[in-house]
Amino acid sequence: MMLPGPKSTDDQAIPIVIVGHVDHGKSTLIARLVHDAGGFTDGKVAELQAVSDRRGTDFEWSFLLDALQVERDQAITVDSTQVRFALQGRQYLIIDAPGHHEFIRNMLTGASQAVGAVLVVDATQGLAEQTKHHVMLLKFLGHKQIIVVINKMDLVGFDQAAFAALSVSVNNYCSTSGIAVAASVPVSARHGDGLFSQSDRLAWYVGPTVAESLAMFSISPAPVDRPVRFPVQDVYRHGDQRILVGRLDSGCMAIGDQVVLCPTGRTATITGFFDENGLSSRTDAKAGESVAIALDHELFVERGHVAASVAAPPSLATLLKARVVWLDAEPLKAGAEYILRVGTATHVVLVDSINRLFDFDHQVDQITDAVHQYAVAEISLRTRVPVPIDPADDGAVLSRAMLLSGHRVVGACLLQSGERRAVVSSNLTAVIQSVSRDERAARNGYRGAVIWFTGLSGAGKSTLAMALQRELFDRRVGVYVLDGDNVRHGLNHDLGFNEADRLENLRRVAEVARLFADAGLIVITAFIAPTVGIRTLAREIVGAEFHEVYVDADLATCEARDTKGLYAKARRGEIKDFTGISSVWEPPMASDLAVPTSHQSIADSLGLLVDYVERRVLGARKVYDFSHFDGIEETS
Amino acid sequence: MLWSLGKDSNVMIWLARKAFLGRVPFPVFHLDTGLEFPEVYAFRDRYAAEWRLDFTSFPCPPLEHVDPSLPKDARLAGRKSLGVSSVVDTFRLRGLIAGIRRDEQPTRAKERVFSPRGAANIWDFRDQPPEFWDLFASNYPFGTHVRVHPLLHWTEVDIWRYIARESIPVCSLYFAKEGRRFRSLGEIGITHAISSSAATVADIIAELSATTAPERAGRSMDHESEDAFERLRTSGYL
Repeated sequence: MMLPGPKSTDDQAIPIVIVGHVDHGKSTLIARLVHDAGGFTDGKVAELQAVSDRRGTDFEWSFLLDALQVERDQAITVDSTQVRFALQGRQYLIIDAPGHHEFIRNMLTGASQAVGAVLVVDATQGLAEQTKHHVMLLKFLGHKQIIVVINKMDLVGFDQAAFAALSVSVNNYCSTSGIAVAASVPVSARHGDGLFSQSDRLAWYVGPTVAESLAMFSISPAPVDRPVRFPVQDVYRHGDQRILVGRLDSGCMAIGDQVVLCPTGRTATITGFFDENGLSSRTDAKAGESVAIALDHELFVERGHVAASVAAPPSLATLLKARVVWLDAEPLKAGAEYILRVGTATHVVLVDSINRLFDFDHQVDQITDAVHQYAVAEISLRTRVPVPIDPADDGAVLSRAMLLSGHRVVGACLLQSGERRAVVSSNLTAVIQSVSRDERAARNGYRGAVIWFTGLSGAGKSTLAMALQRELFDRRVGVYVLDGDNVRHGLNHDLGFNEADRLENLRRVAEVARLFADAGLIVITAFIAPTVGIRTLAREIVGAEFHEVYVDADLATCEARDTKGLYAKARRGEIKDFTGISSVWEPPMASDLAVPTSHQSIADSLGLLVDYVERRVLGARKVYDFSHFDGIEETS
Repeated sequence: MLWSLGKDSNVMIWLARKAFLGRVPFPVFHLDTGLEFPEVYAFRDRYAAEWRLDFTSFPCPPLEHVDPSLPKDARLAGRKSLGVSSVVDTFRLRGLIAGIRRDEQPTRAKERVFSPRGAANIWDFRDQPPEFWDLFASNYPFGTHVRVHPLLHWTEVDIWRYIARESIPVCSLYFAKEGRRFRSLGEIGITHAISSSAATVADIIAELSATTAPERAGRSMDHESEDAFERLRTSGYL
């Protein structure tokens, strides 16, 4: 289900998706259902008549949902849509899913929001390619039983034998795929037979109408009796207290309850709930509610962590087995890197292997090295850090994931299992440092940290890094700048500028920065760091003391400056893979600080930076002092 | 966040205040055509202060800038599309939170919760990103922005029930005076009152449970031509 509405479950609309092959009559079925249930608003019939007349067609029911001009002109549903109607005191939210192969991603978007599904099959066409594809995707989404509607019975003369033969083959196909058919209903959606009442022309049929069969679907109650899963959306600070905000996905939490924070494994006790007026009188929360909680002691918590029941925490895994529906035109390949979203967390993952491919025609596993668009496969993913998951747990928030590549959503994943593999060689044994980070911080008066600049070439990263270094040094802060000059010539002299080498370059920079920070220094890095993946990786390597600063100047400004003449060369094709010109640039959406350098002086930009470092890095204990409650702010 | 001063965006601001524990942490814009009802301006001035919003009234470009081939009233509304593009460009916004709902209008029903806009603020409805299980893409190419629609799945009656539950203030024009009230609030001249005796939030909820009239019946721009609303939306209208 999508973001829950404000209603109680009693009058919550039951979302049902209508799926099936293109042209088998899904949109017509829905429009006719809504109309016959009295759900058309005033003037709708006249409007659809006028739209049909304009196109020289008979009255076209599907135009109710196919609202876009391209959909009406080509008589095809492009994107999923929704319409509501009431029936016998129950509210239904009917989701129309496109049946065309090209729009499977929209079908998935629609179907993922449904608790029930109706499969529409054209009596004259039978099981078609997308009929089978949709059944496979419904199975992927966790549907256990569906209603089958055999449509266009008018075109086969309402013939009982034709219906019987087809419904047997559809039932067989579904049960082989692992989905039970709860009812098979013969209808003529265009003429209304079989939708709400038994029609004379279908007098031989004994069984529920479409309307009656919808009553079998219901919304499961919120999982209050499951273990606590509270994926942290954000951490606010209030005085010296941290407040964790998010939606409780399962279980119940009350003041005095102990929770474990994953993946760090630290435990804490809930001391109170907050709301817009400060400390709230609320004493507990249950699954489905969005709440703000305070804990009894300071822990490192950030977006992506999960507060969970101590008795039944999620498992931590670095090797995940997942079932994936691949959505991108570019195939999934073994060895490729993607971004995995699970709960509120984001991780860089590597495709370790493609284990099997599910073929909806023969239902036989295949061996492959690539997964093409809209195929379903089982893959193994490797992560750098342990990821909290609830694998193979039907509908659990930590069992469902999204795969992204750059800006694009490329896959939907169900996590099947996970194991934790040591990343380092077994011959290495960790040696405990004889001086701890805390001791260094106590002596220096601040903790080591990494201030990670990102921005286009010419945005001012090096200039600002050097200015900030001078400013901090003059304040007796131990500080060091890592930039292309001092890294590329030594540590990374073996690396070139292709994508893999650029990633490795920054991985090493992040590792070195982490060591410097561990030693107590404030490290400033001045690299373009063009992609979300690279910055996420750096954040994962460095950990808590990572601060992303977006040195923000747009491409036009940087190109106009072109202090080193690089843009001109890139435009002439003399430099390959130049960020912003011939290589991808993904500006950060949620940096810890953005410094706009297009329209302000270096001094102003430096002012912003120094202010940030003073508040968030050097004065670490006082930083988050939003002392009066009405001034509360986000910090992470 | 865009604040149209109507019931939906009041609910949205209310939710933001709750989510951020009392203060809306981002700027709030009203795209002002100068043609709102006086009661609407009075409401705006009062609650921008009372809710301590980081508020900016942003003037919409004049009518002469709007595509002249649009029907008359849609053209008036088109000033808002230009206002959206203009506010995005002026403040270099990467994201815009807006209070549209699926059940208002069939092209809005096809929207996403996180809806990216391409260069020139175009809505590419042929290629919307997939969204499933509360997981969204939230990172977008340079030079584009994203529209976030937190109320997309709410219905008109959901809005009024929530207003009742939370006692959220709304503009007085929503309540019947002398047998007429506004069900949907827009500019003077292209928005019309409906006949109604609903004088309280409870009355409105009861009225909505019985009516078969569409919410935007009083918005003349929706009914001028079949494609007017889609054309407005593709070019940036909310």
